[in-house]
Formats: sequence, structure tokens, C-alpha cells
Amino acid sequence: MAWYSEPTAVKKKSIEDLWIKCKKCQSHIYKSEWEENLNVCPSCNYHGSITSYERINLLFDKNTFKELFNNISPIDSLKFIDLKGSYKDKYETAIKKTGISESVVTGHGKINGIEAVVAVMDFRFLGGSLGSATGEKILQAANYAYDNNLPYIVFSASGGARMQEGVLSLMQMAKTCAGIARLNKKNIPYISVLTNPTTGGVSASYAMMGDLNISEPGALIAFAGRRVIEQTIGEKLPDDFQTSEYLLKHGFMDSIVDRKNMKNYLSNVLSFYNR
Amino acid sequence: MTKNKKSISSAWDVVNISRHPNRPILQDYLSLIFTNFVELHGDRYYSDDLAMIGGFAEIGDQKVMLIGHNKGKNVNENIERNFGMANPDGYRKALRLMKLAERFNIPIVTIIDTPGAFPGLEAEERGQAEAIAKNLTEMASLEVPVICVVIGEGGSGGALGIGVGDKILMLSNSIYSVISPEGCASILWRDAKFAPDAAEALNLTASALHKHGVIDEIIEEPGEGAHTNYEKIAESVKSSILRNLEKYINVSIEELIQRRFEKYSGMGKFSVNN
Repeated sequence: MAWYSEPTAVKKKSIEDLWIKCKKCQSHIYKSEWEENLNVCPSCNYHGSITSYERINLLFDKNTFKELFNNISPIDSLKFIDLKGSYKDKYETAIKKTGISESVVTGHGKINGIEAVVAVMDFRFLGGSLGSATGEKILQAANYAYDNNLPYIVFSASGGARMQEGVLSLMQMAKTCAGIARLNKKNIPYISVLTNPTTGGVSASYAMMGDLNISEPGALIAFAGRRVIEQTIGEKLPDDFQTSEYLLKHGFMDSIVDRKNMKNYLSNVLSFYNR
Repeated sequence: MTKNKKSISSAWDVVNISRHPNRPILQDYLSLIFTNFVELHGDRYYSDDLAMIGGFAEIGDQKVMLIGHNKGKNVNENIERNFGMANPDGYRKALRLMKLAERFNIPIVTIIDTPGAFPGLEAEERGQAEAIAKNLTEMASLEVPVICVVIGEGGSGGALGIGVGDKILMLSNSIYSVISPEGCASILWRDAKFAPDAAEALNLTASALHKHGVIDEIIEEPGEGAHTNYEKIAESVKSSILRNLEKYINVSIEELIQRRFEKYSGMGKFSVNN
């Protein structure tokens, strides 16, 4: 078997190095072209995933981003073990794989000259799930915005609350919203950018609470999963159900903004902030 | 004869008691410990969600705003009340009543007992996520004391949507979880039949949650569970609510909100490396 399968594997790898297959329209795109286009499909405008630091680079003026709270990371307080092993092993692998300490990167910097605080979630880290350390970083960043009277922007990319932390993860929804509530009281703008996907406990907390809710095109934005709903109501759901466009139509989004225009869009709306 | 009459050992046992068909529900507590209930209907946007009810009520000599998930006693009641699974309209009604309590300057008591927020097409369309998120945000800065009591099932965001308060009380055989044990098992164990393992791992019992600092007080159930003695558990719930309300008589609004913010800021466990 080995003599036969090995060359195939090598050949496959080299193809993957050169080409990307769009998850939506299935067309093959040169990897370099895909990356030049900010991980967006040039033929169908599908917005592929992007890492926290890539997004931060797109967003902030050169050399203005300063990371905060990167010393906060998860612990396995419930000693959670499932079929595939311990939670501890899972997040340690994620830390090694991604080089970030949690599913969100926080900090501040200048967007076309306007100072703002951000939290940028990273789907690669355990599906961007909301754990205690994620919640802590999002709250700390909100508090930093509060203390320094700076606008706050959160980019969400998350499957929801992190099951392996039990109710402690659920409580992060209340914790992050408590931070947003304080910003509201002080009239500090909070912009939520919902990217693919933003579901479950993240959509049902800070992600939906923006003074402006913005999303990238075609993002999945949902509270309950499609399969769960289909099972519950016993009927098939519309194709565009739970997409950015669907939420815009139903009044939950202010606007859908392409990735390449996001920086200018954000600095433009923040330029209206007059305090 | 064994030494103990019957000890409840596993988390799965607790899950089953919390879902016992005869377990006392909101309507039982309403008739046993609340008086002068003035039900207030509707969210003013879309409908009157029967899965979530609320209104003025008295407990002891204390006037409160009572809000809670409304399960039913039988199939017909449960169908009418959607098994206590509220739509966005339910969460918006709850919030309307909480803001009303703020205006009337009376404390809020919420009774939590739901498998979860309803996962339906219309619920998504009308913004289930937004409705819950809004409640979490608004409850963080309500200017009256909020006491939350988990009497049965604390099902994830659907429970938390009326569960942000100054004191969180839980009946000893009630559960509170980020996901149902069945849901968790089908994702992480690839099969819902591992629900008992998931229940254990999720730390969803009152005693586990008290240990992790998520809840403030456990209300002990009589005998083999609340369903064995309605009067006794109702009395315990009443005295616990009144005792906790008393703690806020002389607390200023600023201090109340600051303490609530600190309570929720402290939720969760993580490491900080310097």
C-alpha cells in the first residue's frame, strides 16, 4: 500500500499549496490571488475565514496596534473530558497551532487616524468559542474603552459558548454584556461586526448588542442551529435563512460591508462620533 | 434497609428529578407563596408569549414584579405554553416588566424553568438572539434588586435571558447548563445516549455550581425531591426569597449596580501570566 498511496498524498499536497477551492461556488482560485483578495473569492464574493492578526493588519494604520491582555488564557477548571480527550489538551493544541492565547485578540490602535479599542475573535481557536478567558478579555477591552473614552469594536467569529467550561462559559454572556451596558451608560459607541459564523451564545450576547451591527456578506448569523430548528418544526428552511442578508432584511443589521471596505466604513461612521 | 433513605448520587439523577412530571412549576409557587398576582400581558411588539408570564405580586408583605418561565401541568397546557420555551416576544415581555418594576421601584423576582429558548424559524426571524442579548445587557444595570430562582431546568441562554441578578438561588435538584446533556453528548460524544456522562462533565447541578461561584444559595428540597412535598419546598423558596430581598433594603442604586457589575466581572476561571 505504501508504495502506492504515498506519491498520491505528496501530489495532493502540492495542489493544495497552489490552489484554493471556494467553499461556496466551488471554483478553483490561485492561492496567491485568494490571499491578495483578503481571503475573499474573486468570482462569488464568498468571504473566507481570516485570522485575528490578519484582520488587525487590515484594520489599523501601520504600526499603531498595541495588543492588550494577551497574558489571559484558559484553564480547565471543570477537568472536562469527553470522548476525544481532555479540554486541557484541546486548548493547549489550539494555543500551539494558532500562536494566540485565547479565541480573541484584544488591543487598541488607529483606524485612519481614529483611536479605537478592538476585540477580534479567531475561529481557528476551538471554533472561536466563548470561554472564561475569552469573556475576560472582551470585558477587559470594554473596560479599557470605558476608562479611556474610546470607541469599542468587536469582530465576532464563533460557534457559541464553550461547552467544556459548562455554565462558566454561559456566564460569559452576562459578563460581556455587563461591560457593554457600562459603555451604553457612558455613551461610548460600540460597534459589533458579525463575521462568518456568529452563532449561539455569542450572537445572543455582545455580538447583537452593537449600537451598529455590521456584518460581512454571506455570514452565518444564528441563535439556534439550522438542524435543530428543522427537527423542531419539521419543515425545510429557506436557503438564505440565518445569513447576513436575511438578518438585514429582518431589521437586525445596519449594513453589510465587504472586507475590503471595512476599514474605511468603520472610520467613516466613527467620524460622526462627536464627544 | 440501607443507611440512607435514598441518596441522589449522579448528576444524571438530578437531571431526571429536575424534569420530573410532578415537579412543582411556576403556577404551583404562584398559588402557594404569592398573593395578589396581577398578570400583565404582551411585549407591545408582536404577541403575548404564554411561555413567559409576569406581573405584580406579593410575597409575604413584600411587593415584587414576578417574572418566570411558564411550563404546563399536562400535555394541553404544555402545548399552549410551548413547554416553557419562550420566543423573543417572551423575553421582550420580561424586559418590559422589568423596566416597569424599575419605574415602580419594586424588586424583581424571576423564576427560571425552561429547557431553553425556543429554536424555531419565527424565533430566529424575530431576533431570539437580540432579545436575549438585550435582556442580559439591560438586566446588568437595572436599578432595583433582582433575585433569580432556578426551580427546575435552567436551559442555557433561555434561562440566562431572565437570569442576570443580584442573587441566584437554585433548588437542590434543579440544573443549570450551557447546553442540554443530550445536546452536549451528541456533539462531543457523537451520540445522545452518553447524556449521563455529559451531565457529569458539565457540572450542571446546584452543588457543583455553588462550588464554582456561579450561584449564591442552594434551597434544599425535601425527601426525594420537590415533587414529594409541595408545601415544604414552597415554604423554603418563600423564606429564601424574602431573606435575600431583605439584604437590599438599605443598598443605594449606585452600590447595587456596582456590586452586580463586580459579581458578573468575577464570573469564570482563567489564568493570568505575568
